[in-house]
Amino acid sequence: MSSHSCRARLECFRMREDYMEIAPTVIPPPAPIPKLIEDLTLLDEVSRRTAGVSRLEMCIQCGTCGGSCPPAADMDHTPRMLFAMLRAGMRRDALMSNTFWICVSCYHCVVRCPQNVHIADVMYTLKGMAIEANLYQSSTAPDFSQTFVDMVENYGRGFEFGLATRHYLKHFPLRLPGMVPMAFGMLTKERMSITPTRIKNMAQLTAILKRAKELEVGHHG
Amino acid sequence: MTSGNGHKPNVEERIGVYVCHCGSNIAGVVDVQQVAEWAALRLKHRGVVIGRDYKFMCSSLGQELIEKDIKELGLTRVVVAACSPHLHEKTFRTACERAGLNPFLCELVSIREQVSWVHTDKVAATSKAKAVVSGGIERVLHHEPLEPMRVPIHPATLVVGGGIAGIQAALEIANAGYHVYLVEREPSIGGHMAQFDKTFPTLDCAACILTPRMVEAGTHPHITLLTHSNVEKVEGFVGNFNVTIRKKARKVNVDLCTGCGICQEKCPKKVVDEVYEAGLGYRKAIYTPFAQAVPKYPVMDVANCTYFEKGTCKACEKFCPTNAIDFKQEDEVITVDVGNIILATGYDIFDARKVTNYGYGRLANVFTSLELERLTNAAGPTNGQIVLRDGKTIPKAVGVVHCVGSRDRNFNNYCSVICCMQSLKFAHLVHERTGAIVYNFYIDMRTPFKDYDEFYQRVMEEGTLFVRGKVAEVTDAARLPGEEGKLIIQVEDTLAGKQRRIPVDMVILSVGLEPRKDSKEVAKQFGISCSTNGWFTERHPKLDPVATMTEGIYIAGCAQGPKDIPATVVQGAAASARVLGKIQQKEIELEPVRASINEAQCSGCRICNNLCPFNAILFHEDSKVSEINPALCQGCGTCVAACPAGAISGTGFSNEQIFAQIEGLLLLNVGEEVPA
Amino acid sequence: MDKYLLYPGCSMESSAKAYYDSLIKIAPVIGLELEEIEDWNCCGATEYLGISLAPAYSLISRNLALAANQSNGSRTVVAPCSACYLNLAKADYYMREQPKLGTMVNEALAAGGLSYKPGSLDIRHLLDVIVYDIGLDTIKSKVTRPLTGLRVAPYLGCMVPRPDYEHRWSDHEHPVELDLLLKALGAEVIDFPLKTHCCGGHMTQIGPDTAFELIRRLISSADHYEADLMATLCPMCQLNVDAYQGEMNHHFGTSYHMPIIFFTQLMGIAFGMRARDLGFGMELVSAKKAMKKVGVEVPETAETAAAKPRKGNGLPMPTPLPRKTPKVAEKGKVKK
Repeated sequence: MSSHSCRARLECFRMREDYMEIAPTVIPPPAPIPKLIEDLTLLDEVSRRTAGVSRLEMCIQCGTCGGSCPPAADMDHTPRMLFAMLRAGMRRDALMSNTFWICVSCYHCVVRCPQNVHIADVMYTLKGMAIEANLYQSSTAPDFSQTFVDMVENYGRGFEFGLATRHYLKHFPLRLPGMVPMAFGMLTKERMSITPTRIKNMAQLTAILKRAKELEVGHHG
Repeated sequence: MTSGNGHKPNVEERIGVYVCHCGSNIAGVVDVQQVAEWAALRLKHRGVVIGRDYKFMCSSLGQELIEKDIKELGLTRVVVAACSPHLHEKTFRTACERAGLNPFLCELVSIREQVSWVHTDKVAATSKAKAVVSGGIERVLHHEPLEPMRVPIHPATLVVGGGIAGIQAALEIANAGYHVYLVEREPSIGGHMAQFDKTFPTLDCAACILTPRMVEAGTHPHITLLTHSNVEKVEGFVGNFNVTIRKKARKVNVDLCTGCGICQEKCPKKVVDEVYEAGLGYRKAIYTPFAQAVPKYPVMDVANCTYFEKGTCKACEKFCPTNAIDFKQEDEVITVDVGNIILATGYDIFDARKVTNYGYGRLANVFTSLELERLTNAAGPTNGQIVLRDGKTIPKAVGVVHCVGSRDRNFNNYCSVICCMQSLKFAHLVHERTGAIVYNFYIDMRTPFKDYDEFYQRVMEEGTLFVRGKVAEVTDAARLPGEEGKLIIQVEDTLAGKQRRIPVDMVILSVGLEPRKDSKEVAKQFGISCSTNGWFTERHPKLDPVATMTEGIYIAGCAQGPKDIPATVVQGAAASARVLGKIQQKEIELEPVRASINEAQCSGCRICNNLCPFNAILFHEDSKVSEINPALCQGCGTCVAACPAGAISGTGFSNEQIFAQIEGLLLLNVGEEVPA
Repeated sequence: MDKYLLYPGCSMESSAKAYYDSLIKIAPVIGLELEEIEDWNCCGATEYLGISLAPAYSLISRNLALAANQSNGSRTVVAPCSACYLNLAKADYYMREQPKLGTMVNEALAAGGLSYKPGSLDIRHLLDVIVYDIGLDTIKSKVTRPLTGLRVAPYLGCMVPRPDYEHRWSDHEHPVELDLLLKALGAEVIDFPLKTHCCGGHMTQIGPDTAFELIRRLISSADHYEADLMATLCPMCQLNVDAYQGEMNHHFGTSYHMPIIFFTQLMGIAFGMRARDLGFGMELVSAKKAMKKVGVEVPETAETAAAKPRKGNGLPMPTPLPRKTPKVAEKGKVKK
């Protein structure tokens, strides 16, 4: 083992300040004092921030999405209920819901929806809004996404080993012993690498993402 | 340049200009007073003797203004600047006629739809209104006094389609003493209603209320029943249609046939009946579609007959007691003359195989609504027993799915009107016949008419379970205990707020209604239009649902759009009333605004022939020129624009009139500012 | 030879290495020429989209821009991984549907000296290209060791047949492409009702209870139909059903043993190649026992899919709807 590869291995374990948190749960900010006026801008905002033409306002509440959703039983609210909440301007309740975190992006709802609402993409939007507003019950999913993003922004490629270790250590430490056989299997069968790969033109990607983030802020205004 | 008829524009005409406020519709944007004054002042040299503005020109007071001026000022032309001609052209023409001026010397220009309703800049709008008025003035100088055409109305009527709408229309006209040709492409009249068991909300037996009408139509002295027949060609115009009908060969001599049915009994070839039995039952190669068929004569399905395939059998001929079978019978083509046509061609059902998540066609016990009608029908393939696809098991739990292929952008975007009531009817019948638990899965419950909501309440009282949610999936993949061997309906119960998996034995899909597969071709054949979906287009969706834009052709029933039986009967009756009204008048007045071809200029290129949407242009082989039939021509102007020699002009839209109007619009005619 | 721009995706280099190995081996045999996109980056899977809009689509579009520039005469990008395929297709489609998004993304790309005109590339999945461009007849002609007697449950997962913006697949719920391909290889294909049902995706990492239930449904159904193994085309599905099967069994107290391998591996076997070269042995739930069946003479077994009533025995069933299916494909022409 040369010192060079040692350094490479240590690099992947470098953690930034904000990920040093040990406790997996997040205390949400205090609830606002109830207002008389409903937040009727919510539907518009979600629609605007969704890729493509979301058609969220066309929802007839038929329930096809909720009926098709494979993990619906685990959700606080079915997708349909969530849209009803968006229309009612229930910002806090909607963003605190676990619905979109449990969405598996199977697109059953999208192809069956009689009004062609871009349901799965609305779910992605709500994820982003929830993270931005710091409103979620459990940080497991947001953290996972953020860790993944962190890897990509550093290397340009995914890095499963780094992603898995950071994620499980933080959120499911008790599962780790039970996962050793699987991890061992993946490593010995060369299906997982201990070191990350970096793309050549990382600087280009970094510049692109930086500009994109600036545009995103302007877009949301 | 002289116009086609040698009329020279004469600026000794006396023109009255009337500008309407239309409340604030026009006056809110255009300074109407200014426009009227401007016309009187700046176009005085073009013949304007008076310019008035008034709040509502179409009111009787407004019309009286015009009439008074015509009489007192000796007006020879009138220009009204108001709404679109679609609305009030007739009003002002009639007013002129009352005052003694030929109605076609009145021109209505739109400064509402074309100016005040589409612009917000008041100054610019007022200028544009002046230009429009000026254009109207220049044009009207080239108008001629026209007389409407009169054509006689043939008293016979053609009704296409022998369902309840067609039967109703035919009976009404026949009972009034006029002759009707009732053409139906199936071997028997009756349409879809003959396939049903019971009808909502009364639960009347469909056959019991329909068959008396069918028999009446079949035996009526004034009705010529042409079943197993198709319309091949339609020529002519309102009051004078000449229709070619092909009577397909039944291979049965109807003069000898007694309808005993032995041929059907003895026929060895059985095929799946896709039409009447909705694919759920069988019939023979020679058959009558159902027991109460009118007429009672059977029909031979040549494509499936053993004799035509292999040259053997002929069992029907052997056993027929009256020797009525005729294998050599040919199609007969006849032509009839009629004055009016009613299209009552009905609907097709949505193909449920397209909705793959419901499993129709893959899972045996998923049925469509039409299949269920055949199951419940006492004369159906199971003699009225509601059983599963195996033909014997009685279901213990049944799910009825609403909105299959309707209200869905993936299939048909519209609501099919009858499915909610139909689904409730099924719930009642299934429960009554089998004692099964019945679930209805709906998005909204649409039960608007007389006794409909009461029917819904009755079905609720009977214990039907309602789940508000559009069914997401019907599957046979069991997941939970109790699902093995069942069909599972996966749906979100939106009112309870959770996803449910409900095991049932049988699923009934209430499929939507669609236009007939060939409705676009039929519309073209008759010269009417249809929507992108294929429903025939009515003249006005609110005020004229049974007439079409083509004079003399009417539509009735589901061919115009999905509807229930009461509404269908009403439309059938309405169409017949319109036809009877026309027949009574004995002749009809046609708008004289139509095109005509200058024979001398026509080069015989025939470009116009195929462009005419109303098939109004004939070509004379001997003189090698085209001629426009004035009765068929609707004055659309297509041929006028297309003619490369400029040989076609329209009375009412001649080249001179159009060019003059353009010059007026460009204000090339305006005189010097004259001090007041 | 048809040349395509290959977008492998991150998992092809690690967890789905068997997919990559087998693809490289069979490609020359069927005449599929692949050229990897230079310096491609991660597509962001389902994670990046959950954080942001413009950065997520810019991340994806860098690959589209690179591919468009690299164009070697081909304007088709082939992605074997379902999530990558969907992301690339979605980015292109939404940039066309919502021009504002396209402008924003191109502005970001410009910061890296790149640009991409939406609609300039055809983005297709590997199975689509094999079945429709190469054609089943070609596949059949290369089979030297038919998979006779091997009962395979075709498993497409959700992100390939849906949402299918460009209408490339025969159906959203029960597509026939993989079935027909496996049949062409000589395998016995079961009519698997959950063939496009979700494996849980990243829920195995985030919400294991939810994911294990979804995985259980798939395996128990395949088992119910007595499948020897499942054949898939998505790295995530393979990982979930294979690597997490042990944990799933532990969670429910079941003892399923359902191997799941990539369809390209089966193609290689049918073409007479060595199992070792095709990535066999990399799966955690061993496919050894199932593969032993191949090449062994087995008697014809009857279909155990749900029996449809035959004419004369009960009421007739409706005839199937005529639908888009792979036919003899002409080289280079795309069948829509």
